[in-house]
Amino acid sequence: MTKLEVYDPAMCCSTGVCGPDVDPVLVAFAADLKWAAEHGIEVVRYNLGQEPQAFVVNSAVVKEMEAGMDRLPVIALDGHIISTGLYPTRAQLAAKLGLGTAQPKITVKEASSCCPPKSGCC
Amino acid sequence: MPLEARIAEQPARRLRGPLIGHDQRDMVFKDMIIMNALPIPTTRHAFFTGKGGVGKTSLSCACGLALAETGKRVLIVSTDPASNLDEVLGTKLSGVPTAIAGAPGLFALNIDPEAAAHDYKERMVGPYRGILPAAAIASMEEQFSGACTVEIAAFDEFAKLLGDETATSAFDHVIFDTAPTGHTLRLLTLPSAWTEFIASSTGGASCLGPLAGLEKQKALYAATVAQLSDAAATTIILVSRPEKSALREAERTRGELAELGVSNLRLAVNGLFTALRSGDAIADAMTARAALSLAAMPPALAALPRHEIGYVAKGTVGLDSLRALGQPIPPAVMIGTTVPPDLPPGLDGLIAEVAATGHGVIMTMGKGGVGKTSVAAAIATALARAGHAVTLSTTDPAAHVADAVATDIPGLSVTRIDPEAEVALYRDEVLAKAGAGLDSGGRAMLEEDLRSPCTEEIAVFRAFARTVDQGRDRFVVLDTAPTGHTILLLDAAQAYHREVLRTQAEMPQAVRDLLPRLRDADYTKTIIVTLAEATPVHEAERLQADLARAVITPFAWVINQSLLASGTTDPVLALRGQYEIPFIQRVTRDLSKRTVLIPWRA
Repeated sequence: MTKLEVYDPAMCCSTGVCGPDVDPVLVAFAADLKWAAEHGIEVVRYNLGQEPQAFVVNSAVVKEMEAGMDRLPVIALDGHIISTGLYPTRAQLAAKLGLGTAQPKITVKEASSCCPPKSGCC
Repeated sequence: MPLEARIAEQPARRLRGPLIGHDQRDMVFKDMIIMNALPIPTTRHAFFTGKGGVGKTSLSCACGLALAETGKRVLIVSTDPASNLDEVLGTKLSGVPTAIAGAPGLFALNIDPEAAAHDYKERMVGPYRGILPAAAIASMEEQFSGACTVEIAAFDEFAKLLGDETATSAFDHVIFDTAPTGHTLRLLTLPSAWTEFIASSTGGASCLGPLAGLEKQKALYAATVAQLSDAAATTIILVSRPEKSALREAERTRGELAELGVSNLRLAVNGLFTALRSGDAIADAMTARAALSLAAMPPALAALPRHEIGYVAKGTVGLDSLRALGQPIPPAVMIGTTVPPDLPPGLDGLIAEVAATGHGVIMTMGKGGVGKTSVAAAIATALARAGHAVTLSTTDPAAHVADAVATDIPGLSVTRIDPEAEVALYRDEVLAKAGAGLDSGGRAMLEEDLRSPCTEEIAVFRAFARTVDQGRDRFVVLDTAPTGHTILLLDAAQAYHREVLRTQAEMPQAVRDLLPRLRDADYTKTIIVTLAEATPVHEAERLQADLARAVITPFAWVINQSLLASGTTDPVLALRGQYEIPFIQRVTRDLSKRTVLIPWRA
């Protein structure tokens, strides 16, 4: 089974409702991950603020962070880093995952967690 | 009972009311007003809650002392960062129970929630120092630097004492001079929040960032919340002054607690003034105002068992003055009062200085109850009378502002930021933008996130930014500024937007311009409003420090409602005026370059 791992910057909650405005990128990305999961991809998301241990045990991710914190989010597919520093669109994600750009069976979005990084809300 | 009858009855005071137990309460004390008696709890736990300066520390210490003197072992706990518990009890305290000199059986401890938050942050971040890059550590630390972390860390300390019976088994009573806010309790009792956290391996958690490290303590929190709502175990005393705004705050807290199933509540009205003889304009007005505020109290609050504690001229520092609290007050003896020659001037000079700039924003900041609205209204009125275009913007209910402003002044318009309306607006906007296409579960999650206190802060903040924007070509006087924390939040958010340009969250232009404008001393004049009393001055000092962190320097301090400057000859009030002197001097000498003193007005 293909495994997609997302190493997020330290954030409190990713719907962004605690920030000065909701970041639609975060909301959309959470929905895209849900979509990927529905297509049989194992999705794991780590938040630096809450699960630093996951970052520590992955030397490639630590190396990215040493190069600059703007490399987060780091996204890894089966252990190989496929993107850094941005949240890919659904089309980009689909291409990397070899899912094609077919419309998802269920267009369910899910609010994931709550503030953008450095929003300072929590 | 009619108001007049109650006032007439007041001289017939009992020495000290009976001890109140939960079981007795329902039968005997419903709708009962106990004059001049401390709200001494019989439950094992008691919380005193209310806004700053109402006398939570004085009353909790006086009750603790009274219990200790009946042979009980009592622990008093303060979680107020501006606590003067040491001073009140005359003993140097620490984070562990310390015996109070001169009061066998009485112990106290001080919890500094900010220190607790710092410890908590260290527990979470410390193990990764030297393992993760320094920038990663810094970004983790930022996540644990906000108000929620402090709130949760403080609750964590509560929980250790309240949820774990063994922690306080050496004491018959544990009395807290503060209480967790309704928000904290709600956050901790959200079952969906906890279950989502536990199931967060893919989707992420809902607003649980600062709670993450506390998840293991879930059982302890559940026990704590259960204790709080167990009427046989815990009494919550809502402390208020006989003032409209303090009673409103008590009512708000009552509502929140009732919603959470906390029912063993009583009201303590502290500092109730009744002039011994009429004739002094100030004393008569104060007597009437107190009586009116009690008569107009919301029905649900009025239905609580109530203790009324008389006004004392002298502060409540030291065991002797604590013992005197709740006793009939001996007539004050005039000992000859002096008014220092170097008292700060009134508002006129400050207004002239502001008027000379032609436009801009004037913000009055300070804790509730210090009279921000009336100071803002006075400034706005004077500027309008001088021929300027002025907007007075307030978050106070409109009726309240109407009291403070004559509405027919040409050039003056009054607007209101209604937090509830702003939150509703913001919530609708977010749900329309981010919530479209969510299923009912997803939408429920988003709606729950939107109930976070950050939402109200942000919503009001945006309204505030819009109002500040108007100061380009007129005067805008605001009676409620965001807290230092909100301003810092904006600062952090701006830094975030600078660094992470890929995000598409739109920040309205007025919000972008806000911080530079607030920092611009020519555009914005920040005025700190306080009272010449211990707690309000402490709080104002902390506010000034918060503002300094956001690189905002106050233009002036206003010391409001001074009895010293009022010209009263009532013996009790004149004596109280004398106790203002050191606080006025503290402000003029150490805290403020420009100080205004406004007399208490009848």
